[in-house]
Amino acid sequence: MPVSFPSSLDLARFLPEILLTIFGTLLMVLDPVIHRRSTNLFGHLTLLALAAAMGAAVYAGSLEGPAFGGMLIVDGFATFFRVLVIAAGMLTVLASYRFLQRENAEAGEYHALLLFSLAGQCLMAAANDLIIVFIGLEISSIASYVLAGYLRDDKRANEAALKYFLLGSFATAFFLYGVAILYGSTGTVRLDQIRVVLNGPNAPFPVFVTLAAALLLVGVGFKVSAAPFQVWAPDVYQGAPTPVAAFLSAAPKAAAFAVFLRIFTIALEPIGNAWEPLAWGSALLSMTIGNFAALLQSNIKRMLAYSSIAHAGYVLVALTARSDTGTSAAMFYLAAYALMNLGAFAVVCHLSGKGERYLSLDDFSGLGQKQPFTAAMLTIFLLSLIGVPLTGGFFGKFYIFQAALESHLVWLTVLGLLNSAVAAYYYLRVMVMMYMHEPGEAVADAEPLPHGLQLALVLPALGTLILGIFPNWVLEFTSHSAALMK
Amino acid sequence: MNPVLAVLALPLVAFLAALAIPRSQPQNSRWWALASSLAIFVVSLILVATFNHSLGQEQFFIDRQWIASPDIHFAISVNGVSLWLIVLSTFLTPLCVLISWRSIQNRVKEFYAFLLLLEFGLIGVFVAQDLFLFYVFWEISLVPMYFLIGVWGHERRIYAAVKFFLYTMAGSMLMLTAIIYLYNLTGTFSYAAILDRLASGKLVFAPGEQMLLFLAFFVAFAIKVPLFPLHTWLPDAHVEAPSAGSIMLAAVMLKMGAYGILHFCVPLFPRAARACAPWIVVLAIIGIIYGALVAMVQPNLKKLVAYSSVSHLGFVVLGIFSFTRMGLDGAVYQMLNHGISTGALFAFVGLLYERRHSLEIADYGGVATVAPWLSTVFLVTTLASIGLPMLNNFVGEFLVLQGTATVHFTWTVYASLGAILAACYMLWMYQRVFYGEVNPEVRHHIFDLHPREWAVAVPLLAMMLWMGVYPQSFLPPVGKVNDAILQQSQVDVPVRVALPVRVEAARAR
Repeated sequence: MPVSFPSSLDLARFLPEILLTIFGTLLMVLDPVIHRRSTNLFGHLTLLALAAAMGAAVYAGSLEGPAFGGMLIVDGFATFFRVLVIAAGMLTVLASYRFLQRENAEAGEYHALLLFSLAGQCLMAAANDLIIVFIGLEISSIASYVLAGYLRDDKRANEAALKYFLLGSFATAFFLYGVAILYGSTGTVRLDQIRVVLNGPNAPFPVFVTLAAALLLVGVGFKVSAAPFQVWAPDVYQGAPTPVAAFLSAAPKAAAFAVFLRIFTIALEPIGNAWEPLAWGSALLSMTIGNFAALLQSNIKRMLAYSSIAHAGYVLVALTARSDTGTSAAMFYLAAYALMNLGAFAVVCHLSGKGERYLSLDDFSGLGQKQPFTAAMLTIFLLSLIGVPLTGGFFGKFYIFQAALESHLVWLTVLGLLNSAVAAYYYLRVMVMMYMHEPGEAVADAEPLPHGLQLALVLPALGTLILGIFPNWVLEFTSHSAALMK
Repeated sequence: MNPVLAVLALPLVAFLAALAIPRSQPQNSRWWALASSLAIFVVSLILVATFNHSLGQEQFFIDRQWIASPDIHFAISVNGVSLWLIVLSTFLTPLCVLISWRSIQNRVKEFYAFLLLLEFGLIGVFVAQDLFLFYVFWEISLVPMYFLIGVWGHERRIYAAVKFFLYTMAGSMLMLTAIIYLYNLTGTFSYAAILDRLASGKLVFAPGEQMLLFLAFFVAFAIKVPLFPLHTWLPDAHVEAPSAGSIMLAAVMLKMGAYGILHFCVPLFPRAARACAPWIVVLAIIGIIYGALVAMVQPNLKKLVAYSSVSHLGFVVLGIFSFTRMGLDGAVYQMLNHGISTGALFAFVGLLYERRHSLEIADYGGVATVAPWLSTVFLVTTLASIGLPMLNNFVGEFLVLQGTATVHFTWTVYASLGAILAACYMLWMYQRVFYGEVNPEVRHHIFDLHPREWAVAVPLLAMMLWMGVYPQSFLPPVGKVNDAILQQSQVDVPVRVALPVRVEAARAR
């Protein structure tokens, strides 16, 4: 493939990744220099870096077009996911301030890893080439593996990191296999070209392409924690430090779905009939396993992990719809999901206390009496996760199932919506604890809400409500960019 | 300003203002809730005054686009049926505030805030003319009621609250599926526009399709009504809820289901509705008799009233599915009657509970000797609930039975059994609680009505009498709407028919 020297336009379109990498490296360099007690400084610097990257992503979004000979493509879709993951990063940083102080953890490395992971995710959002997808996926994942085990002295964190790493590498191998077969049979790794070849007169033998699709599905399915590749998620979310778990459930997942959508709705759309049943099954399985397993959890982080599996299932429903509405619905839902889930995890992070002692559902008892504001915020997130109207979660779900019905997926819709009625039960349990029980030990121990966390709660809560009351503001963008993607 | 918008918006404003009152001033919360809910009631009376009672169509239409794609509108209006249901909500809310004045002592601010939010949701359900908007309000009303039961209820409140939430949620998910399906079929959520297309033959359902859509809506509504065998959440919710919760639940929330059947199920899916009618009627009659029999053996006062609700609501469903003008009128009137008389029963049972701290019938006896006025108002309410002539329920039940008799006399025979049984269980309950030997505990704890409680009792009794003696103040606009619904329910979908008036109104805008 001929690669010309990058033009300034190429670099401008690549600016968010460049900035994130530069700032990440800078933090690494500064780490030994700055006094290790001044954790807040790293947080401030990271927020600055993310604000710059956000600006760069918006700027790059104004210069739509391919970069580096078509390996990257900056379109509305890419910009949407870049902004989304960077925003998720910001909320994670806000939620991490107190956490890092409390656990006495080194802040420099932590934030640097976060920035590297985000760089990988931004790359994934804009990738138009399977190799770039792979590189982005690896950058994002390797940083995430380390983050999951960030608390070195914590056994559970170690276990989580190791599990995440082993299973993650295994899944990546599947992904690479898929890439190899697809390259072998179509002669290209560029997504748009694969589509052309598959549509063309010399389309390769369908069995190989279908096999490649299945392998890619396994690889990406793992990253988005879709069933039946979901087993790692509860252990990792439980073991990882809470802000990291929050981050993992939002940003890498959104980026992986971006890749998912691009590969399957662009490159592999010509063989859509072959992979649709797989996505259908995975969607239903994810929703069902996620929701029913979440019913049985007593640990809040595990519960949220299973719930995140179920929500991956909802997004897969949108993917199964194989339409522009579906893509747009998935984008909208991922934004809503990132907000409500980050918010819910931020509350968990606040309440869990030093050493993350308080993670059981019972520990939420009486939160409504002692800290009504925190409880009210969590209520908004939970209502949104249930899918009660006027929250982003509801509108996202509505939009997904509308897309599904448009594509005549009646059964998937009915089963999916009934699933979300089941899901109401476990979210309600948390509300029951907060409002209908007397305060327990955890709530008595809870400190007043620090400023960083206040922001990490108020911003997603506002976002959730805005997405629920004025979905237009985001919907116009998502449906526009979904339509232009091809 | 459009009076419908005012009635809808004020509770929301009142709710937000109630949130701003500091937690440390519970008395201010109470007064605010009382003042604002009275103001809303007055505004709703203005709505009644400005409403043209001689027209059967939707009035005070507002239609603004809310979301561009999918095409969702903020479309609200009232007709002769929803008008009275709105007034019922606004009439009962101040009474609920008064009845909770002393009995709610912890988290007062939140309690009244949720009560006002509930009022907002309920009114929204009755005015929404966009299917999506309707669903939004339907779900919104669920949240405050969940908290009212779960936080301020009795011992098993959590179980009851969660059961209530999940039952409704499961039903409404099916309804949401059907709403989206309809949208994908027609490209609009506008109720009027869909009716229009149905009537003009532009929209044709396949027979199976119509049946499934009907059932998806119907199950959601039937859970709310509740229709036998979907009623099991109701006794739990009623028994565990605080008085105000029970009142709003019985008086208004159950009517959401009946209103939904009348307003959406029958006109939108006329053929399926008629095809299912015999089966639904059987369930309604089972509900009437079963509810009455179970009520008879209840040792718990609230449970007794709850099962009597199952029985009374059976009459409403029966009336609707008789497809006669009289039956429909009776059903709507019965919805209002049940709101007043069962609301009153729950209020007065609440007064007994406040004094004696027990809901067991066996813990009472001889209350009439100690508290003659309380016993008198309770007696009037009991008689109203039984269906004594001159009191409200009589009119509704009579119309339903007469309407049913013209199409299917056997149905009437079975349903009237329920009316007879009602006399048995209510009077027996009254006898055990109020007459007989004075229980020493009763003598010790129970005292007569004081002024605040009179303020609750008098309006309720006055309404029972008024609605029983002069139903003509309420029925004419109801009849007009029912004519339109009946006409629409004749639509044998593929066949072109004359447009009902309400659709013309929608076209005119």
